[in-house]
Amino acid sequence: MAGQRRTWDLGLQDAERLLQEAAGYKGESLWQDAWRRLKQDRGALWSLIFLAIFASISLLAPLLPLPSPIALDLQAEPQPPVLAFGDAGFDYEFETDDDYRLAYWELSWLDKRMVDARKAIFGDWQTGRWFGTDSKGRDLLSRIVWGSRTSILVSLAATLCSLLIGVTYGAFSGLMGGRIDNLMMRLVDIFYAIPFIFVVIFILTILSTDRSDLESEALVDKEKVFFLVIGAIYWLTMARVVRGQVLSPKNSEFIEAARALGASTPRILFVHVVPNVLSIVIVYLTLTIPAIMLFEAFLSFLGLGIEPPKVSWGLLAVDGTDAINPIKTFWWLVVFPAAAMGSTLLALNFLGDGLRDALDPKLRGK
Amino acid sequence: MSVLDVRNLAVRFETHQGTVRAVDGVSFTVEEGETLGLVGESGSGKSVSCLAMLGLIPTPPGVVESGEVLLEDTDLLRLSPDQLRRVRGNDIAMIFQDPMTSLNPLLTVERQLTEVLEIHRGLSRSEARKKAAAGLGDVGIPNPEARLDAYPHELSGGMRQRVMIAMALLCEPKVLLADEPTTALDVTIQAQILELMGALQQKRGTAIVLITHDLGVVAGMSDRVNVMYAGRLAETAETRALFARPRHPYTEGLLTSVPSLTDDPEAELASIDGQPPDLADLPPGCAFAPRCPYVGERCRSEVPPLARVDRDDAGRVSACFESARLGRTEVAGG
Amino acid sequence: MIAFLLRRLMWFFVTAWIVVTVSFFLMRQVPGGPFSGERNLSPEIEANINAKYHLDWPAWKQYLHYVGPMNLDDKGVFGGDGSKPFGGVLTGDLGPSYKLRDFTVNDVIGQSLPISMLLGLVALMWALALGLTAGMVSALRPRTGLDFAVRLAATAGIALPNFVIAAFLIILFVFLIPLFPVAGWGTMKHMLLPGLALGAPRAAYIARLTRTGMLEVLSQDYIRTAVAKGLPNRLVLLRHALKGGLLPVVSYLGPMTAWILTGSLVIEKIFRIPGTGSHFVNAALNRDYTLAMGVTILFTVLVYGMNTLVDLAYTFLDPRIKLEES
Repeated sequence: MAGQRRTWDLGLQDAERLLQEAAGYKGESLWQDAWRRLKQDRGALWSLIFLAIFASISLLAPLLPLPSPIALDLQAEPQPPVLAFGDAGFDYEFETDDDYRLAYWELSWLDKRMVDARKAIFGDWQTGRWFGTDSKGRDLLSRIVWGSRTSILVSLAATLCSLLIGVTYGAFSGLMGGRIDNLMMRLVDIFYAIPFIFVVIFILTILSTDRSDLESEALVDKEKVFFLVIGAIYWLTMARVVRGQVLSPKNSEFIEAARALGASTPRILFVHVVPNVLSIVIVYLTLTIPAIMLFEAFLSFLGLGIEPPKVSWGLLAVDGTDAINPIKTFWWLVVFPAAAMGSTLLALNFLGDGLRDALDPKLRGK
Repeated sequence: MSVLDVRNLAVRFETHQGTVRAVDGVSFTVEEGETLGLVGESGSGKSVSCLAMLGLIPTPPGVVESGEVLLEDTDLLRLSPDQLRRVRGNDIAMIFQDPMTSLNPLLTVERQLTEVLEIHRGLSRSEARKKAAAGLGDVGIPNPEARLDAYPHELSGGMRQRVMIAMALLCEPKVLLADEPTTALDVTIQAQILELMGALQQKRGTAIVLITHDLGVVAGMSDRVNVMYAGRLAETAETRALFARPRHPYTEGLLTSVPSLTDDPEAELASIDGQPPDLADLPPGCAFAPRCPYVGERCRSEVPPLARVDRDDAGRVSACFESARLGRTEVAGG
Repeated sequence: MIAFLLRRLMWFFVTAWIVVTVSFFLMRQVPGGPFSGERNLSPEIEANINAKYHLDWPAWKQYLHYVGPMNLDDKGVFGGDGSKPFGGVLTGDLGPSYKLRDFTVNDVIGQSLPISMLLGLVALMWALALGLTAGMVSALRPRTGLDFAVRLAATAGIALPNFVIAAFLIILFVFLIPLFPVAGWGTMKHMLLPGLALGAPRAAYIARLTRTGMLEVLSQDYIRTAVAKGLPNRLVLLRHALKGGLLPVVSYLGPMTAWILTGSLVIEKIFRIPGTGSHFVNAALNRDYTLAMGVTILFTVLVYGMNTLVDLAYTFLDPRIKLEES
């Protein structure tokens, strides 16, 4: 058999060429790669922009020239949306704490300053009833914007709560391994089988009927219990997911490879394990926040959620459904809160799906 | 007369990187009872050609651009979907690479065998079961009756590939397309499976198209060999002649990169320089030119056509301008 | 199989025990009894009522009486009259309702559960019918306008609270196009709309599961084998793809039961259906602790039972899964 025989000795020149070639393959970090792919996903990108705008509006609500979300204007029935530009009806003066409470409710220091700034900029001017009013004559647009603050705050706080418990529990279980891991996961299995929602309702009813008693004993503030309790339900999945992630790279081949190359344990943990866990956690967050917003709405519906005068999307949606009657349809009371809630949750879902695809290692580099 | 006559088959894929010409004008024939080896690196278009013959190219992104696939006198590419369906698994059958994933894990072996007979032969379930058991016996599965009730995961890899073969041969097809049938198996099992295929072919006169990247398999099994490179045929020859004297530089490279027991153990292993070409961005001339030690000016600008390279053998063709130089001069290694 | 069921039963008891114990002692933590809020009760009557429901006993004794491992009877005697080893919850006796006088919790559940079950069944049918159809259509025509529309609707269905969906349905099918009665219970017509409202978010989820599952299966090698065998598309789909593609939906049936039970609280309230869910809400709001706890226990049993059934069904559908390993 005739043919060429190429010996394979690597000369200095070859080595240099190889190095140059290697430098040409610019490594893309997980996040750069994910961001690049997220940008390609139109739905996810628009969702992100939409959510950013919504979050800013919600955060800056006290600055906006909106009517008071609680000012009553007793009329026979809810007024439909009008396209009036605005009026000079915001005739509050803010000097003492009670003044703020008259137009809003208990506000934080920062919110009060924003209200001051608004008064300085816009004076008495406020927007018209663009979204109509509710059955007590309160401006719906203002209520939706202010409600978004509560809903976002509740869901973020509760999600963080579940995140904290879940990640700690899952990571601990995964890192300990063996019998402890087994026991901890068995416990999670048991909790999974408990219909927690009923237990939560139970706890909340107990708390709400004896609110005065408990608060006088300086035990709890209902909103805090709310975060804690929701966090305590939603941590289960998080714990499982994190444990799985901690376990799988722990034994996977690229960790072996990193170890063989002499990488130190902290380096392995932060360079290889944490990014993997983090990507899953981020995806999970975008899916938990909507779940908790829905849960808040659910509890509000049962009268166990946020309490007036504060307002949340859940409460608004409940007001809307309550106003349904066969004689006259106050459509704006259902449509606007549902649209605000629906579009936010829709965007979060889209973003979550997009992030999941973008962070999926199987699709990397594509 | 040849059982299978493929003429000028071309398949392209529309991808994000651009149009990929996976198969570009491939022609070959297979005679009754003959085994034709299709050899090449991954991405050379060997599997895609076979999938295209059966209409199994996913569209989109795949498009069968042109060509004829004549099974006896019928052009498979011109058949209606329903007519083609009747041919598949009946006159022409296919075995896939990985028996682990190619059998449905949720159905029993019996269900997956008998359905072929029910569809193509119109047999009743019990008749089909009898025939399926006989088919399993033919491929050397002991206690076939009992195996019929098994699920794929209860069988070993070799057994599963035997089941796949039995399934493909149930309707006694004229042509069997075997896409790397032994790649996923242990070496000892590989030999058994190849032997089995050879024996069955002898008995039934089935024509086999054997896709592989393993030259050892080709040497042992096939009568003739098609070497493919970057979607085109590089060389066609009788197996013996090909191994004796390759007439395409790529074939030569493949043959020299097979280690042999008689090699000097101290010498480095031989390999073909460079990377397989990017199918979305082929060079204008011969696709092998960038890696070819014989490359000339013409090779870089013009695609070499398939041409006869042996006065005595009409079946011996090579797509190389420099084929005459091959094997004459020793090329010094770099 | 028997071993699997026994192990499940054991874990069920552990779970149920945790639920009962935690909720029992949480309840006991509340200052004031269930009757202390009622206005026009003289102290004597209140003491009488407390005695009747054994609220004057120490907590541990009430707990033993309620759970009933030693058959602590009404007089506070262990072992009762000696006729049975257990009493209380262990024998399925959930005790008297605190607020619906003359009714035991079992009576209330016995009356309302069939209604809720029927509603749940209608919701399940809706969810499966809509979800499977939409998911299949979407999977078989991926990346088309139809697929996009289905996915959008499915995401919206997941993103909206079910009382909002119910509101839209009522506006649409009761007021605008009067097809259905607004509320109440009795005929088939009364069931369809609440069933739809209850099932819609689940339908959306099932559609997503079906789509992903089917797309995943359709990309498998064995589907290519089936096509290469010459099977007609119908058979490839029904025999080879459907089973694997629907496995995720089957495993979702367990959690779905829990979701439907939860949703029923809201839907039964909106449509004024006298089911177990609305009893639970009322009981919780009125501090009818035994009733609320009874329903919680009942729902635990239902969800647990459904999950076990799903696991069993799974082993029949997927021969690779063995019960002993789970």
